[in-house]
Amino acid sequence: MRAQFVKTVSKLIQSDERVVLLLGDIGVFGFRKMFAQYPERTYNIGILEQSTIGLAAGLSLSNLIPVVHTIAPFIVERALEQIKVDLGYQELGANLVSVGASYDYAALGCTHHCPADVPTLNEIPGIEIVVPGHPDEFDKLFNQNYDNGNTTYFRLSEAKNTHSYNVEFNKNIVIQEKGGVVIIAVGTTLEAVLDASLNLDVTIIYCTTVKPFDFDSISKFLSKKILIIEPYYSGSILTNILRQSGNINGNFSTIGVPNDFINKYGSKADIDKMIGLDSDSIKKKIIEKINE
Amino acid sequence: MSQLKNIKKNIIQASHFGQEGHVASALSILDILFVLYDKVLNLSLNNLDSDDRNILILSKGHASLAHAAVLEANKFITRSELMDYCSHESILGGHLNKKKVPGVEASTGSLGHGIAISIGMALASKIKKIKNSVFVIVGDGECNEGTFWESMLLASNHNLDNLCCIIDYNRSNDRALKLDSLHEKVKAFGWHVEEIDGHSHKEIISSINSKVVDKPKAIIANTIKGYGIREMENNPAWHHRSPSKEELEQMIKELS
Repeated sequence: MRAQFVKTVSKLIQSDERVVLLLGDIGVFGFRKMFAQYPERTYNIGILEQSTIGLAAGLSLSNLIPVVHTIAPFIVERALEQIKVDLGYQELGANLVSVGASYDYAALGCTHHCPADVPTLNEIPGIEIVVPGHPDEFDKLFNQNYDNGNTTYFRLSEAKNTHSYNVEFNKNIVIQEKGGVVIIAVGTTLEAVLDASLNLDVTIIYCTTVKPFDFDSISKFLSKKILIIEPYYSGSILTNILRQSGNINGNFSTIGVPNDFINKYGSKADIDKMIGLDSDSIKKKIIEKINE
Repeated sequence: MSQLKNIKKNIIQASHFGQEGHVASALSILDILFVLYDKVLNLSLNNLDSDDRNILILSKGHASLAHAAVLEANKFITRSELMDYCSHESILGGHLNKKKVPGVEASTGSLGHGIAISIGMALASKIKKIKNSVFVIVGDGECNEGTFWESMLLASNHNLDNLCCIIDYNRSNDRALKLDSLHEKVKAFGWHVEEIDGHSHKEIISSINSKVVDKPKAIIANTIKGYGIREMENNPAWHHRSPSKEELEQMIKELS
């Protein structure tokens, strides 16, 4: 997805003179052509995430469109107050694009993990959260959304689904509709969900916009058993469903990253397996849900 | 000067009516704000949407009473709006909200935020080739924040000679974390630094008007917290306190 991020944003720097890129000293080589051709709107701003968000807010106040890019924990958790006050409270347009997701940098340890990014930002009023599952989806969602006047968080991952879908901002896609269990799969979890659901009668809904959540897409399924599968600390989708519906009764379960520090290394696949986000573990959960 | 005295009276009256506000901090920066609006910014309700307007950001947002009172004196808001300070329906809170108050460029309050925002706005002017000036007022306590020093690095790295940071150096923060050699420190971060009496209008205007090329300018304004009201001057008890009826009467008398 990072390669696509470079392509998508490079095109926009060329076509939209309002776009200003601020890199936190990562991805610099990828944007070398933009640094050469558009130095006035392409910055390797440095490793100072809090001031970078404040600076981005200043650009936005001056009617430019900032795109801030660095690793998830540094942009979200370190600069959280700036995101809340400078962008959220002031209702400014900005694009925050992270890499690393929950534990793409598995071997680097917990400092570089960020399973709290989505639940944390979910609590900031007005901020939009986009979790693409494929590079093409990032391209579509970013182009649809980058200049909509709101702050949008785009969560990129090193992982990707095999197939991309014709995604739209704030629209879920019903991939298949059968049986009494409805699975809502977020972003890159779709690959494991599709594997796990082979030959099972389940409805699968694919979600790439966590906030605002497309409540209409699930309203007709609310009497069924709903299993939500998220690639971060679980609960954001359920929170948004409950907030948007006015606290309905329903049969909901959530699977996501457990609320623990992951003190193991290896690869993302190793950790997926360890915490139950691989397709075999997900299949067991689906069958349990069917048999409930 | 009678206008300035009236603004001071308005500040303490608004604080008395609302029983809220950081009056001493407001009086610390009032001369600076007064001169900026009177002689430098050239701002009015008519040019607030102009791309090339000058920008002022009050990074030490808790000094909002001074900003609100100067905005009232310059007809951005009404006297009744000022005297409604911090009521439930007021447009004016303890920290001003840009969505509610005409003339406020950024909603500040958390320290160390406005300086980075001002850098973004100064950089935006460079990108858009707009010849305006961006002013930001920070407090000395705010200079404890890491983002202040991050911002010092950023502004000089990007040669923002359209940016002027005025540091309200009333030394109220010395009891916590001293900023010894502030002049040298800021200079070492690549800024042009001037040091003035922050209550001398002549020194304020002359330091703002001095020409600097390729560097941001910092003006260290030596000020007195609570300036102009004896009871309040450098008295920490008045950091976040509003005058009672009797205190208000005494202060109004002193200002008259």
